[in-house]
Amino acid sequence: MTDARTEILARIRAALGGGDQRVIGSSSDDRQPGLPITPQPADHVREYRTAGEHAPGSAEVLELLVDRLVDYRAHVVQIPADGVAAAVAAALIPTATGTPETVPGAVNGAVEPPGDGLARAPRAVVVPPGLDPAWTAALADAGVEVRTDTREAPLSNAELDSAAAVVTAARVAIAETGTIVLDGAPDQGRRAISLVPDVHVCVVRADQVVQTVPEAVRLLAPEADRPQTWISGPSATSDIELDRVEGVHGPRTLHVVVVQGP
Amino acid sequence: MRIALAATCIADALFPQAPRATVTLLERLGHEVVFPAGQACCGQMHVNTGYVREAVPVIRNHVETFAPVLDGEWDVVVVPSGSCTGSIRHQQAMVLDRAGLGAQARTAAGVAARTYELSELLVDVLGVEDVGAWFPHRVTYHPTCHSLRMLRVGDRPLRLLLAVGGIDLVELGAAESCCGFGGTFALKNAPTSAAMLEDKVTNVRDTGAEVLVAGDYSCLMHIGGGLSRASTGVRTMHLAEILASTREEVR
Amino acid sequence: MSRTFLGIPVHRGPGSAVGRPDEPFGPVPHPVEPLRWGPSFPEAAREALKNTRLRGNLAHATSTIRAKRARVVDEVPDWEALRDAGSAVKTRVLAELPELLQELERNVTARGGVVHWARDGAEANRIVADIAKAKGADEVVKVKSMATQEIGLNEALAEEGIGAVETDLAELIVQLADDMPSHILVPAIHRNRSEIRDIFLARMGDAPPDLSDVPRELAMAARAHLRRKFLSAKVAVSGANFAVASTGTLAVVESEGNGRMCLTLPDTLVTVMGIEKLVPSFEDLEVFLQLLPRSSTGERMNPYTSLWTGVTPGDGPQEFHLILLDNGRTSVLADEVGRAALHCIRCSACLNVCPVYERVGGHAYGSVYPGPIGAILTPQLTASSGGVSGHGDPNASLPYASTLCGACYDVCPVKIDIPSILVDLRAREVDADRSHPTVWGAAMKSASWAMSDAGRFRLAGSSARAGRMLARDEVIHHLPFPGSLWTGSRDLPAPPKQTFHAWWDERERAAAHPEEDR
Repeated sequence: MTDARTEILARIRAALGGGDQRVIGSSSDDRQPGLPITPQPADHVREYRTAGEHAPGSAEVLELLVDRLVDYRAHVVQIPADGVAAAVAAALIPTATGTPETVPGAVNGAVEPPGDGLARAPRAVVVPPGLDPAWTAALADAGVEVRTDTREAPLSNAELDSAAAVVTAARVAIAETGTIVLDGAPDQGRRAISLVPDVHVCVVRADQVVQTVPEAVRLLAPEADRPQTWISGPSATSDIELDRVEGVHGPRTLHVVVVQGP
Repeated sequence: MRIALAATCIADALFPQAPRATVTLLERLGHEVVFPAGQACCGQMHVNTGYVREAVPVIRNHVETFAPVLDGEWDVVVVPSGSCTGSIRHQQAMVLDRAGLGAQARTAAGVAARTYELSELLVDVLGVEDVGAWFPHRVTYHPTCHSLRMLRVGDRPLRLLLAVGGIDLVELGAAESCCGFGGTFALKNAPTSAAMLEDKVTNVRDTGAEVLVAGDYSCLMHIGGGLSRASTGVRTMHLAEILASTREEVR
Repeated sequence: MSRTFLGIPVHRGPGSAVGRPDEPFGPVPHPVEPLRWGPSFPEAAREALKNTRLRGNLAHATSTIRAKRARVVDEVPDWEALRDAGSAVKTRVLAELPELLQELERNVTARGGVVHWARDGAEANRIVADIAKAKGADEVVKVKSMATQEIGLNEALAEEGIGAVETDLAELIVQLADDMPSHILVPAIHRNRSEIRDIFLARMGDAPPDLSDVPRELAMAARAHLRRKFLSAKVAVSGANFAVASTGTLAVVESEGNGRMCLTLPDTLVTVMGIEKLVPSFEDLEVFLQLLPRSSTGERMNPYTSLWTGVTPGDGPQEFHLILLDNGRTSVLADEVGRAALHCIRCSACLNVCPVYERVGGHAYGSVYPGPIGAILTPQLTASSGGVSGHGDPNASLPYASTLCGACYDVCPVKIDIPSILVDLRAREVDADRSHPTVWGAAMKSASWAMSDAGRFRLAGSSARAGRMLARDEVIHHLPFPGSLWTGSRDLPAPPKQTFHAWWDERERAAAHPEEDR
């Protein structure tokens, strides 16, 4: 008996083998040579847009990205570079700069500030090892426990589950689809950290924002073997009567901090 | 222009008013219409039901009957049916080809290239939208599936209808949804076909139209059968019949 | 006629509803063969049409998704170019399948993955079960996957004492109800919110007793129910939307995050994919990641897409198995017309626009692949020989489950000409069945004889006019069988007094004669 691999490859070659063109409307005994039914199209047809009309990081693509993210019910702020640390802290700690808008009906939208009357200690915020230390420091200054997760010393699933939030950077963002891509670089971390905690704060630099999907794919291609997570809004389902509900297994709240300027 | 008419088998036998109106309309527009006597059927029913071998002689008869258009006997062929035109254009040559009849397939492709559905002929070939018709009734239009998605006639029939004097054209809900005919589908899957028809009849009734118009009498036979069974009082008419109507003619 | 529908579940897992005297969510079919169950399509459709709640649920859901899709497709200026590219890439994949599969295998292996090949479902199921057992897992978590539905993986694992937990919300609903999926993308589309609440309350165990039927609350109940399983699972099983030959990268497209949970948290991941799911290069993803979400959920992009290549040390599963599944695909590939069915990216846009699917639902197709794509894929995957299902096979009725209205082709993101393939499959069935004379065959033969000659056609027309005798006020209300199939729900106009050609001949004579005396 041949092994499955050999047999399947042989079956495919036989199927593609040609010379066995079926003549429709004839029984097997009166086959006549027919003509190919579908002409084989030329190699890749690529007449679609491989780039948008707006440059990466332009005001137009940023506006488009924000529009799409808001449509997915993500929380978006646009701030200058020196405001990132404060914006990250503000996303996580409502009392720091007032109460951010919350997703209607969202549960546990943010870290409960200390002394909120609940018999629960403030929970930790997870960060990847390469996150900008200034952002982490701002959180620590606000009294939040910051836990660094690394490939070498990963937090357990239970630890991630008990954490309140995660803060990451991003690799690239796609304006037309409202998509942020993480590729596991040190400022983005392991895939699990942006998945298990219920709140994800993601910092995207303006120059990382492209207009179209092909622009992003071509940026990612040289390091295609990195684990990628494409994120378009908070987790969602439309499985019940096609009615979209934001927030299922992945983070139910997504904050995007878009950093303007060079 | 000298125009050969392919009446279609179903209209010839059951709905002669459609090809008659086509003749009246085209002659009124100053064209000469010829009815080649050898014609019978385009073969669509056989092909679509899987009886391709049986379709071959039917298609050969059609192609041979209309082949003189290639020699300039007529300028074009007109067919007052979207699905028959679709079959002529997209199936006939392929079926002959795959039956090993290469030469006949090439003739079929040539004939098909000179064959037009009525609204295509009027708008694209004859360049006319206002055909001088008068039809003072409330009308709704059903775009048949093959006109819409095989031929892509688009809004040509609507443009023709909008130019008709006195007409009150109202939009049909879920117009682009199939009526459930599908040739032998109506028999092989009769309950499903009936469920689709029921929705179409409801949508037609909701328009309050007196007349349902379409470019294909096979679909009209189906929807008309449903409208009649439901005692809606809505009549069915072919596009050609409305375009052939004039102020002088009391319909 | 061979029937595989036995009315009782045959493969059922531990803790399932076998033998329960009351079947509150049924009756639902439980197939021995996930690609061939239930009666033939016309029979199953007739039963389904009686279920008015089903028709209501489907009409609501499909019209919602149709509108969403149309909106997001309309805003893409190069949609047709993307469809052309998608079609061309898939055509190339099939043409170069042996080379591309081996390239994928090399790249996955080089990155620490293990590649298995499975000729059929049983072989694939065996491989998954052996891996789970080797890891000591008595439960695996699953991402929604059509390939594993197709091979009945859950039932096979259950027989080995391994529980398979479906984690997609709709799949969970279907699994808890001991139901079968009725849609490729939204398997519980036939259930409305109150039915889902009832299923959760009866079967989920940890559902809050005051659960309402608000979709958000139902989703939260599922989140709580599955959370522990995700955090503790040792083995996950997934399908794949795409596999990139040139890099060995796998892609799973999803919404809820259950996919990320399965693909990221357990230490061992087993992915089962059909051999046709390949794309040649990473750049090809730029086409499909635009086509798929807009066509399927009607979103600009689905919430989550995961891409992974073999094993990444310290991140995600440290053991990765890829099972390349044939299970009939090579016999589909052998047909030069039908093979385009293998271009399918399982978006389900064709289901959502199909007027037949909208009326009868997915179960009537008797396969985990319902709707227009199912009508061309299922009979080809299960064809016994020579690409035909053969006399008496319920799947032989599937190519006829369409009016050929063409709506499916218009929305297909990879331009599969489903109507033409349906017609081609009908021809295959007819040709294969020529040794069994049928009423249809006889009628078609005589019609061919009559319609291939004008003289015979005219003769047949004049005899048909005898039908006027059956009419009342120019309308025929009742015909004997088989005409009763028509007149059961529609009238037929009486044949006219004069055919068109008779009118024409008369007119020609009238035009000729008055002139003769000049």
